[in-house]
Amino acid sequence: MHKIITKKQLNSEICLVEFEAKDIAMVAKAGQFLILRIDEVGERFPLTMYDWNTQKGTVTVVCQAIGVSTKKLCALQEGDHIHDVAGPLGHATETKDIGRVICIGGGVGTAEAYPIAKAMKEDGNDVSVIIGSRNKDLIICEDEIREFCDDVYVTTDDGSYQRKGFVTDVLKDLLEKEKYDLIFAIGPIFMMKAVADMTRDRKIKTLVSLNAIMIDGTGMCGGCRVKHDNKPKFTCVDGPEFDGHLVDFDDLVRRQSRYKDKESRAMEHKGHECKMGLN
Amino acid sequence: MREQDPKERIKNFKEVPYGYNEEEALQEASRCLQCKAKPCVKGCPAEVEIPEFIMAIKEKRFKDAISVIKNTNSLPAVCGRVCPQEDQCEKVCVLMKAGKPINIGALERYAADREREEGFSDPDKKNEDKDKIAVLGAGPAGLAAAADLARIGYKVTIFEALHKPGGVLTYGIPEFRLPKEIVDIEVEQIKKMGVDLKLNYIIGKIKTIDMLRKEGFKAFFIATGAGLPYFMGIEGENLNGVYSANEFLTRANLMKAYKFPEYDTPINVGKKVAVIGAGNVAMDSARCALRLGAEEVYIVYRRSEEEMPARIDEIHHAKEEGIVFHLLTTPVKICGDDDGNIEKMICLKNELGEPDSSGRRRPVPVEGSEFEMAIDTVIVAIGNGPNPLLLDTIDGLKLNRWGNVEADENGKTSVKDIFAGGDIVTGAATVIAAMGAGKQAARTIDKHLSSL
Repeated sequence: MHKIITKKQLNSEICLVEFEAKDIAMVAKAGQFLILRIDEVGERFPLTMYDWNTQKGTVTVVCQAIGVSTKKLCALQEGDHIHDVAGPLGHATETKDIGRVICIGGGVGTAEAYPIAKAMKEDGNDVSVIIGSRNKDLIICEDEIREFCDDVYVTTDDGSYQRKGFVTDVLKDLLEKEKYDLIFAIGPIFMMKAVADMTRDRKIKTLVSLNAIMIDGTGMCGGCRVKHDNKPKFTCVDGPEFDGHLVDFDDLVRRQSRYKDKESRAMEHKGHECKMGLN
Repeated sequence: MREQDPKERIKNFKEVPYGYNEEEALQEASRCLQCKAKPCVKGCPAEVEIPEFIMAIKEKRFKDAISVIKNTNSLPAVCGRVCPQEDQCEKVCVLMKAGKPINIGALERYAADREREEGFSDPDKKNEDKDKIAVLGAGPAGLAAAADLARIGYKVTIFEALHKPGGVLTYGIPEFRLPKEIVDIEVEQIKKMGVDLKLNYIIGKIKTIDMLRKEGFKAFFIATGAGLPYFMGIEGENLNGVYSANEFLTRANLMKAYKFPEYDTPINVGKKVAVIGAGNVAMDSARCALRLGAEEVYIVYRRSEEEMPARIDEIHHAKEEGIVFHLLTTPVKICGDDDGNIEKMICLKNELGEPDSSGRRRPVPVEGSEFEMAIDTVIVAIGNGPNPLLLDTIDGLKLNRWGNVEADENGKTSVKDIFAGGDIVTGAATVIAAMGAGKQAARTIDKHLSSL
């Protein structure tokens, strides 16, 4: 059981949760993820770590309430407990001697790009960050990123804040002006695909961090397999970072949809339960 | 033994065999000849004094019966249910010659179930100030080793990656063959012996063996099992309806997807399910699929019935429940639509050729025998390899060419304070073989630490 120390609602959909996890905080590295299970009937699901504090012995995640489990997490309050937390899992991001890097975060992925961009910076790389969001209200982590990074760009789909358009619009401008050694993209699959498509012909190394459906997170179930260079790879143990030019994103989109109808059934069930509780 | 009717049981996850009542147990126990040579004991990897516990049952000394079993076997209710007794103790029973060996498994189960119903006596443990030992993995091998080490006074901590202990007993073997409550209770008994159990704790990730050495652990027992699912490597294996048996069973058992949406974890079972492979895991997957609503379930196996690795009992149960066996059949391609749904599987028919390295006759594809199987779900149950997550982080640990830990029959590895046993050494085998390896390793670890 992991006690929640801080809970903040960052906007209507996204919350920040800091909880006790001393042993994990001691060894956590940028790019790694956790497997969480909120309660006794809960699913196991992966979340990338946003931050960790070795002194306090805490780990922080940022979570968008979209499915049953993420809604459950976002409904918890300070003092509540998360039933199970396992990790840190997956390979950490390689941040030594990279050179010039652009980190791109789309939506809630911005919170996952944050520790990677920060670690890149701390290791002496030259870091630019592009944040993409549907609108102004949904932008997260901008101030936190600006604290260590001078070169931050923000786009909104509807133009309600800074540049109207997509992260790839900024990326295109940057790539036309200067040379970069690595592009790192975390966010919606279509965004990562668009980024990879843009850098493929330019032959710029592009890493994407995938968030495939998984159960154990240790290589045991094989549910998180993705097609990479036409071969199966397990996101949990081979990733979560992969060469964006080799990932079959269409296959990933198909696989991510495999419980869609079940998800709505689960939500209906929970909704029903909630109402029962109120009565 | 009395069992749930096949027509009824395919609609539920309740246990299939009911177990003996007292009258049946006494009757079966009275058949035991109490042979002096005790071949059955030699046939038991857990070294249970079988004639002694059967005698106790016969004389209605039920507490004595279970304590005899528990002297050497810490998971009697589990073993009574899932051990392949027909290949072990019962196979060498003197009454086998007369055609009807003692049903030792059922008697063991009776003794264990009776104790659970009547209340446990305190487990024996020595409060000695012996060394700290780390056991990696809370499956059958790890639990058996931990219990034996605790019994002789060591301070044992089991580190388990999942949120529940039991390993394959919990995530793999279905409720209808091994109720999870029974696993929980037996693990609880081992904890009462003073064993500390740390869940959600993935050694190799959260801590290394080196870090544990610095924390004062003097010996390590690697019992991480066979946890990396093999796929066939054929086209279409990434389609949405293709599961590894590990994933399918983990969803169904550990995550209780059969109670969805009361439990949050979903599982997709179509109308026509093909399970590839014919081991116990394949039978478990097929029978789960049936209970989860599949209309037709096929076992697709490349060799013939004779070579099927599953227990005879499980094959029998599967057949009774209406599972269809497509033998001498090899899948070559899974076909699906643009949304990733499976439409069919292309297969080849085989005939048997010369024996291969496993001693079983090799399947040889028959030319022009290609045919289509209309299905919508595939469960791949062709085996599991060793998980490298922990092994990769240990300096100097020798692995064999399949990636399993190289260990001798006593559990010794190439690193002097590291021992290993169970599936991580042998590749996927049985619960009882893993428990036997755990017991042996416990003895070796004790000898090693006593000699320091």
